[in-house]
Amino acid sequence: MSSNKKYWKSVEELNPKHSSDVEALKHKEFVQEIPVDEFLGDKETLETSSTTRRDFLKYVGFSTAAASLAACEGPVKRSIPYVVQPDQIIPGVANYYATAIANGYDFASILVKTREGRPIKIENNNLAKTHGNSNARVQASVLDLYDSLRVAGPMKNGEAISWTELESEVAIKLSQLKGGAKDIVLLTQTFASPSTSKLIAEFSENFGNVRHVVYDAISESSALDAFLNKYGERALANYDFSKASTIVSVGADFLGDWQGGGFDASYAKGRIPENGKMSYHVHFESNMTLSGAKADKRVPLKPSEQRIALAKLYGKIAGTSVSGNLPAHVEEAVDKAAADLLKAGSNGVLVSGIQDVNAQAIVLDINERLSSKAFNTTSPIKTRQGDDKAVNKLVADMNSGTIGAIIMCGVNPIYTLPNAAEFAEGLAKTELSLSFTMKEDETAGYVQYVAAAPHYLESWGDVELVKGEFGLMQPAIRPLFDTKQFQEFLMSLNGRLDSYHDYIKENWESNILNGSAWNQALHDGVFSGTSVAVEETVATEEAESDAAVSNVSDAARALASVSSNGMELTLYPMTGMGDGQQANNPWLQEFPDPFSRTTWDNFLSVSETDAKDLGLFLERSNFFNESSHDATGGLNGKYAIVTVNGVSVEVPVIVQPGQAVGSIGLAFGYGRYEGLKSEMQTGVNAYPLYTNFDPVQSVTVEATTGKHEFACVQLHNTLMGRGDIIKETDLKTYNTEDKEVWNPIAVVSLDHKETPVNSPKVDIWDEFDRSIGHHFNMSIDLNACTGCGACVIACHAENNVPVVGKEEIRRSRDMHWLRIDRYYSSEATFEEDNAKKDNISGIGSSMVDFGEMENPALNPQVAFQPIMCQHCNHAPCETVCPVAATSHGRQGQNHMAYNRCVGTRYCANNCPYKVRRFNWFLYNENDEFDFHMNDDLGRMVINPDVTVRSRGVMEKCSMCIQMTQKTVLDAKRDGREVDPNEFKTACSAACSSGAIVFGDINNHDDDIASLKDDKRAYRLLDSVGTKPNVMYQTLVRNTNDE
Amino acid sequence: MLLLREIFITEYFSFMKKSYQCLEDNSTNYMKQLTGRFLNSRILLSSLFFLITFSTSVYAQDGDPVKGKALFNTNCAACHTLDKDLTGPALRGVEARLNDEQGLDREWISAWIRNSSAVIKSGDPYAVKIFAEWKNTAMTAMPQLTDADINDILAYTATEKAVPTAAATGTGVSTDASSDSGISNQLILAALVILFVLLAIGLFMVNKTLRRFAKANNVDFVEKEPGKNLWQAFVQNQFLMLVTAIFLLLGSGYFVFGWMMQLGIDQGYQPVQPIHFSHKIHAGDNKIDCKYCHSSARVSKTSGIPALNVCMNCHKSIYEYNGETTAEYNKEFYDAEINKLYAAAGWDDANQEYTGETQAVKWVRIHNLPDFAYFNHSQHVSVAGIECQTCHGPVEEMEIMYQFSPLTMGWCINCHRETNVQVKDNGYYTKIHEELSKKYGVDQLTAAQMGGMECGKCHY
Repeated sequence: MSSNKKYWKSVEELNPKHSSDVEALKHKEFVQEIPVDEFLGDKETLETSSTTRRDFLKYVGFSTAAASLAACEGPVKRSIPYVVQPDQIIPGVANYYATAIANGYDFASILVKTREGRPIKIENNNLAKTHGNSNARVQASVLDLYDSLRVAGPMKNGEAISWTELESEVAIKLSQLKGGAKDIVLLTQTFASPSTSKLIAEFSENFGNVRHVVYDAISESSALDAFLNKYGERALANYDFSKASTIVSVGADFLGDWQGGGFDASYAKGRIPENGKMSYHVHFESNMTLSGAKADKRVPLKPSEQRIALAKLYGKIAGTSVSGNLPAHVEEAVDKAAADLLKAGSNGVLVSGIQDVNAQAIVLDINERLSSKAFNTTSPIKTRQGDDKAVNKLVADMNSGTIGAIIMCGVNPIYTLPNAAEFAEGLAKTELSLSFTMKEDETAGYVQYVAAAPHYLESWGDVELVKGEFGLMQPAIRPLFDTKQFQEFLMSLNGRLDSYHDYIKENWESNILNGSAWNQALHDGVFSGTSVAVEETVATEEAESDAAVSNVSDAARALASVSSNGMELTLYPMTGMGDGQQANNPWLQEFPDPFSRTTWDNFLSVSETDAKDLGLFLERSNFFNESSHDATGGLNGKYAIVTVNGVSVEVPVIVQPGQAVGSIGLAFGYGRYEGLKSEMQTGVNAYPLYTNFDPVQSVTVEATTGKHEFACVQLHNTLMGRGDIIKETDLKTYNTEDKEVWNPIAVVSLDHKETPVNSPKVDIWDEFDRSIGHHFNMSIDLNACTGCGACVIACHAENNVPVVGKEEIRRSRDMHWLRIDRYYSSEATFEEDNAKKDNISGIGSSMVDFGEMENPALNPQVAFQPIMCQHCNHAPCETVCPVAATSHGRQGQNHMAYNRCVGTRYCANNCPYKVRRFNWFLYNENDEFDFHMNDDLGRMVINPDVTVRSRGVMEKCSMCIQMTQKTVLDAKRDGREVDPNEFKTACSAACSSGAIVFGDINNHDDDIASLKDDKRAYRLLDSVGTKPNVMYQTLVRNTNDE
Repeated sequence: MLLLREIFITEYFSFMKKSYQCLEDNSTNYMKQLTGRFLNSRILLSSLFFLITFSTSVYAQDGDPVKGKALFNTNCAACHTLDKDLTGPALRGVEARLNDEQGLDREWISAWIRNSSAVIKSGDPYAVKIFAEWKNTAMTAMPQLTDADINDILAYTATEKAVPTAAATGTGVSTDASSDSGISNQLILAALVILFVLLAIGLFMVNKTLRRFAKANNVDFVEKEPGKNLWQAFVQNQFLMLVTAIFLLLGSGYFVFGWMMQLGIDQGYQPVQPIHFSHKIHAGDNKIDCKYCHSSARVSKTSGIPALNVCMNCHKSIYEYNGETTAEYNKEFYDAEINKLYAAAGWDDANQEYTGETQAVKWVRIHNLPDFAYFNHSQHVSVAGIECQTCHGPVEEMEIMYQFSPLTMGWCINCHRETNVQVKDNGYYTKIHEELSKKYGVDQLTAAQMGGMECGKCHY
């Protein structure tokens, strides 16, 4: 068993027809000749041109000199001190405050870093027992605060009015409706807030005919209902995957946003092989998801087959028979999974993402039967409370005219509802409609009153994340605009004149704190207590549909009796964009999808087989006609028209390896056009297809004309034949074989003898002694990394990385200092692939053999590899810089002095890891790049400790030298040594799964010191001899064979 | 810009606000926690009661006014002056006044000073009256003052007001001195010029006379051939031309380079500031520690321009300038500058209260490092223990602040090369310094040897 598997970056590499192109790309950057002749070939024009080369140089020289002389006079700079300086603000020193995000989709206890009173960065709150980790969206949420398109004040029919006017007008209207026949409706996001619940209960009591409808844009309603039926409480079962040795998931992307997400930390804990053990993860799914990518065994199957598979799984475990047809290999996998679960007993756990009460009931039942340790119903998750049926009833009631007033908060139904048109009609029939929103979004155009809502970093609030675990939200900045919280508005309607802060404090002191100090809870941002019974009655509709069956075995039978016809669509939230409320956030728009590595777009993911059948497949045989790639590497796609119940959308298509045949996928969150800068108006809105809140739909797909230009950050280059980028082995080999077998050190030729590359003899450089002082290293555990991308956004925020836009990304000019490469692999070994490739002779043979190698594309294994500057001790970039702009520090960091750089880009060419980024343009204060750095508000997020780079200089990961320097300075000021594990980088601090660990290897108490000597550790491309300071931990898969 | 300075509200803040309210109610236990902090600046009132008792000098004379002045400045000056009502009333001749007008004796004054609240509580009619008159603000209790101390203070308050003396003596002297040296230099120069002229004339005369002698004695005097013009010879000598050209080019290159190198260097930059703030008066004459005002230099990367509330700490009671003056910078000038501060801070000096109408002072920034250079004050001030003057020059002598150092990278690096790391009593350096000094074979490492010359330490 060898770790050297065949990895490939794109399907093209396996395609038999275009081997010449791939080969060409391996040897040259561009397949096409660069058309030098076009502009230099025409001698005549050159000679007759009025401007000679000499003249040109003269002009350039003169104008440069003139420009630099003109710039000699320095501007007068002003320093404006506070009149009265707040005592906790010291200019130049960051303050951290604990708060919480609860925007209806993402819930987390976090720390916010502020400088001079400006929030600039989100950090994880390590005190939190649950939801203390931020994902990419939460990391990016700080930029939403500085969104230049936020609503600046309350409006009535598009005209600005004052809050007093708005409140009095609404109060008059509501008092007319009070106790009347028509209902007053509060349509809100999930708040999971005890104080808000209390407030709404008081509001209901005051006005009598109040209905509170909770609406989640992406619904978990069926899981909530199933839990309610079984445990009498509307919540979601909680899972701790670190306690499970066998994890079976049927369509639940629990490393993504399934049931609110946030399970990656506990999952990753169980995935690191300690004492020869790690969890075993079987995954049944249709789309390729983060969880499927991490699974030890991934079974692609259609959504309808997922239902049967789950039912059969239940049948096996409960010992009843369930009918239904599955393909043989799936049937076998289901049997095996059931056996594994039974064998694991209480160490097994089953999760499912099928939006069906029966399916969810089965999941609860199986976990109960297993008495799974990972399964927790006593402290269930409270962060999803939406009720589909109540929403549907609301829309019906609005249209029948029985709704008098509707007050919305945190929802955007005109964008997110599948029946948005009906909702809009209904809105016209209500006497009062008001929406609390941060943006002039789609819904804002349809309501009478738009109430400007504050960002969560400007708000007070509380949240009960799981039962008994609370978070407090406190403002980190005074409101930037004339905004008011929904809760304060309710309070004034209730006749309370104090602030919402006072209300929360009062509520906490009497109901939650149980004698503990309020200030301490606020300081920590989290509090563990006992849940309070909320008197509020949220509008729910009795589960009356016949699909819900009380008996679980009947449920299984009902689940299995699905009929599938045609193509099945699975709608899902994309890792970066979520439900779409942060669509105006350029960081998230430019955040690459973990699989297709596409930015600024959503797309229809189709399996290769289906794409060919449907005519959605772009021929790759010729790169330069209508083809999947441009000469520059840019990816192209065809368009497809997807129709559900008469609703059609036109979407670009990406061929996704691992997509189950017969199924397609499309992401929510894109296609917004209101309250967004024009650059952000990308993609296609998938919500109109979300009929009846079911993410699985039967669809018809047909090809249409046109070619879509994607902006991908990977697929531009081939793997260049380097198979040792990701080292991978299986648990059995890992446990039984020597390190040399599965993690060998590369050998190079020295005097025609194979010599290990780490031998000093092969090195042409003298070794520099780094044993004194700090020596920074970073370890990235490929087993723990889930590809979530929180590090990517954290790096963006910390290091002022510019956003370049779709066009520039397509030109491969992305600026991410940290990227997460995704590699697909075939299950064949690298040697076999190599041998096969070497044996190819002639076209006929290549047709056959490449054809065979294509098969794994149907269900590839996936590995994620975060790549940043490797900070090589023998850095190839440093030696080629003509101006010594990049140099090495004693502490191991590869420094980059921007002001020295003249932009030759030699370093980028010489970097084997391709991590250097060139500023092709000035990305700040430039109207061509109209993102956050182009407006005064957006620039407030800039980290003042890091230079904002200008045009023409190279930049790259600095290993957050501003953070390591800060840590050192703190220690110096305190006169102490740096504590173990005190050093952090933005990415290591953001990594909730513990995959990225940073530290000082000269401090033997640091975690990194032991990780460095771990037998899984390897350095990337060690055969090059660059001696990187970043190491990777070999990927180990649990093949579950004894 | 404005947003940048927005303050955010936190729970802590409202907590402070609350406790502050409580303080005024004199009610809850917050009072106890925070008394010391708040009372200092707000309460002192009572010295009025001094007024009440004795007739002046008789009693006061037994104290030492010099000691009294020191005590007064330490304990009383935050709220009182001799001649102007501040937070508390003016105190000159207070004892005599109280004695004459109210018939209150020194015993009463002592009681008031030590604990005015008790006197008020006891129902003393004058005490109650004066308490009401001064916005119900009680004076800080001073139980630590002994009878002798109080005597000294009262002796000081009893001193007569000094007649303002004419200043400008110092300036006159210095002008004289400078003109003296100027004249002497010029004299020497003039003498030299005359000497040289005389010499030249002398030589010419000698030459002339010699020629005449030669002619008279028929000495064969060879008249020089009207040879080639020096310039032509020079032009025709290609080697000389080449050498000269090279020298000229090198020379002009040298000067152009020198001129280019000073571009963007603002050494000596001395802009006019919106308020004429004299570092000489504050740091020099009054010996205020730099870090009293620039407090963030200890903990932050910026030294911080002090907020106006820091100025008002002192200037609430220092409403006029009484130090040395010159013709240009006279008392009226300085007093006007103090009034500018009051206008900016929104301080109504006449009524001794804040109006709430503030305006920001837009100081002109003198020391500008480019954005790509990271400099941290606390590293240099707290860790390395470097004096502010090392980089900022003799600030305590600067009437108008200017940039003393060039602030170029060469200047930074030079200092890093020459300065030893301050390792004493700093646990951070113990191990690393020992190992590294052994490696380099030195007793004391310089900042550069410690890594202070790596690019990335300042450029990121």
